[in-house]
Amino acid sequence: MKYALVGITCVILVLAFVVGNNYYQDQQVKKYGSMAAKDAEVFVRDHSKTLGSNDARVTLVEFMDPACETCAAFAPYVKKIMSDNPGKIRLVLRYAPFHEGADDFVKIVEAAAMQGKYWETLNLMFETQNIWANHNHYQPEKLWDILPRAGVDIEQIKKDMNNPAIAAIIAQDMADVRALNVQKTPGYFVNGRPLQTFGYRQLYELIQSELNAQYPQ
Amino acid sequence: MSRSDKAANTNWMLLFLCWLLVSVSATISIFFSSVLEYQPCVLCWYQRICLFPLFFIFAAGLFPTFDKSVIKYALPLTIAGGLTALYHTLLYAGIIPESIQPCSEGVSCTEQYFELFGFVSIPMLSFFAFSTLVALLIILKRRTSK
Repeated sequence: MKYALVGITCVILVLAFVVGNNYYQDQQVKKYGSMAAKDAEVFVRDHSKTLGSNDARVTLVEFMDPACETCAAFAPYVKKIMSDNPGKIRLVLRYAPFHEGADDFVKIVEAAAMQGKYWETLNLMFETQNIWANHNHYQPEKLWDILPRAGVDIEQIKKDMNNPAIAAIIAQDMADVRALNVQKTPGYFVNGRPLQTFGYRQLYELIQSELNAQYPQ
Repeated sequence: MSRSDKAANTNWMLLFLCWLLVSVSATISIFFSSVLEYQPCVLCWYQRICLFPLFFIFAAGLFPTFDKSVIKYALPLTIAGGLTALYHTLLYAGIIPESIQPCSEGVSCTEQYFELFGFVSIPMLSFFAFSTLVALLIILKRRTSK
């Protein structure tokens, strides 16, 4: 009797937790789904950098930070999924520089964009991240020796990175980070559907399910 | 049923209530952090450190029969948790100024996540749980020391 009482209570609590979890996740999916339909701007702003065809029916929105290790680790993986499905996926990069000092790197990469070298610079920054962001020890000055390899003018970047337009981009993206409740980087939304449990496989499955829905075989 | 049997049964039920309260609190606490993704601040962690072990301590005191020594082991944890929760509640309500709060990095201890009926905050729920536990344990202590 006593054991049963305690046992049943445990079972009820675990069930309540699981039911609550499923309910909340469903609500989130609905919420973001309707946001994607009504308020698409939250996901893609005019200033957002995109990769892939504008006609693609699957939009992968990634909230990232050039100094985030996991973002660097996911970058080649996302590129591979995109090249496996040519023309079907559009990548939208948004900024979520959560750590103090991380927005310096957003400024650098946006300044490189003014020279038309956005993706080259971002790729190079990801590849050399261990040099300039080793264990959250941020050293933007180390990039001055590295970035010429991407074909950018460093002196121009130093001038452009303090452009108020770039600060406005970061402020807008951070406002959308809060609106969408993104708490970790990289944070993914596929056609407005949030990635619920984090991982390569989960991201692949989410993209694949949207691909199957948008491009029926 | 003899009188002492009845008393033993009541003691068991009171301790079971303690365990139930802890189990529900711990479940809600984990729900907030893992499902709703409210990041626990430093003070929340101190309270969790006091709360989570009580789940096992109370369960151990329930079986095979009520063991009164559970009070001795559980009271220090509940009092420590209750004091932390009281401090946190006052800090959250703005009665203690933010300048002396211990958490400077990470999540702010006064960031508002959730308010039930417009005024019941998470630290307040925690304080309510811990003070109820202290009250129940004191009742048990009196009953068993006769």
